[in-house]
Amino acid sequence: MFSQKMKLADLIEANHYIILLLSRFDIPLGFGDKSVREVCVANNVPVDFMLMICNVYTFDSYIPDEKEFERTDMSMLVPYLLASHKYYTFERLPHIESHLHHIADKIEPRYGDILKRFYADYRSEISAHFRCEEEMDFPNLISLQKGDRINMSVSSHFEESHGSLVDKLNDLTQIVYKYLPGNVLPEETMELVFDILQLSSDIQKHVLIEERILVPYMRWLERGLK
Amino acid sequence: MKPLVSVLIVEPSEIIYNGLRTILEETGKYNVLSPRHDAANLEERLPVIRPDLLIVNPALLTSQPKHQLAEYCAVRPGMPVVALVYQYVELSFLEAFRFVIDIRMSRSMLLSTLTNALNSNVVEQDNDEQTENYELSDRETDVLVLVAKGLSSKEIADNLHISIHTVNSHRKNITHKTGIKSVAGLAVYAMLHNLIEDRDRG
Repeated sequence: MFSQKMKLADLIEANHYIILLLSRFDIPLGFGDKSVREVCVANNVPVDFMLMICNVYTFDSYIPDEKEFERTDMSMLVPYLLASHKYYTFERLPHIESHLHHIADKIEPRYGDILKRFYADYRSEISAHFRCEEEMDFPNLISLQKGDRINMSVSSHFEESHGSLVDKLNDLTQIVYKYLPGNVLPEETMELVFDILQLSSDIQKHVLIEERILVPYMRWLERGLK
Repeated sequence: MKPLVSVLIVEPSEIIYNGLRTILEETGKYNVLSPRHDAANLEERLPVIRPDLLIVNPALLTSQPKHQLAEYCAVRPGMPVVALVYQYVELSFLEAFRFVIDIRMSRSMLLSTLTNALNSNVVEQDNDEQTENYELSDRETDVLVLVAKGLSSKEIADNLHISIHTVNSHRKNITHKTGIKSVAGLAVYAMLHNLIEDRDRG
């Protein structure tokens, strides 16, 4: 497990994906050889919270317990999740789409259209999922954090739809590298596959953060109000 | 010349072990490894000793012989396990074994039982190779088409006059073979393979 005295650069060395998290915390690159604690203090990020996220991202068996919620400043949870949604919605998904369209336009239109539609359906599914969280769950969480009761109990839609978000991206990679004609833009196709795989594992971790931090944290807050 | 078959005998009695070893070595086909006198930690030793055939006295096994044998097979896939019997053994223990040799057997019968055990294994390996065919079978293709058209497993079962259980096992195989899990992904697969037309989608 990571600790605040470790060098931030060592965390990234241990798990390259952590570099993607920095912008979600508004931590700029160029932090030199400073420790996690120093970098967090300099950027007004609660260090315990940042470590909790990095640990979930890195150690599959790590599940924070309620005591950790109690002693951690969780105020950045919603901003962090919103920043992740923004990164997927406005950066990764459009980037992948433009490459996918480029490839789809080079194959037989009938097949190209099928591919484009699969992706368009996926994008609307994931956008609807994000919207539901942003319009319902996050405001609920903010109310709970303020100590207000909420009408509904913490929703169970997380577990239901998360699996399919990851499965469909993995299906897409299989389709792209196994079943599309192999002679069309091979380099771009391989890059596309890597881009999708990277997004897929990032979303998988995002799902873990919601399942292991967001949902239990909301339930814990809710119980405290009863 | 065929390589020798390495045999591990797990048997506490030296008389029995030496008798069996003599019979096996005289055939010139077997290489009998140093014996083990009990089955303690056997599952950890098997990957190191790497026998081709394991002969074990069932009385040395724990109360869950089936479970224990399954562990042996898991660490040493393809290795047949033969029971060596010379005293009363509880039926549940004996039933865990596919092959049994009894010290009252004639030499030729004993050897042919061991040969059968070794061959049974070759047959199973052949079967394994046959299942390494990742093309969809005709029936799996039928199921895939209906999945891609948006039918539920229940509807597919009614449509093809098979049980829902069979449909689900076909669906599992389809996903195993294609690597595609979601219905939307399977629909794309079916369309790319011209199994359904675009307008067929449910």
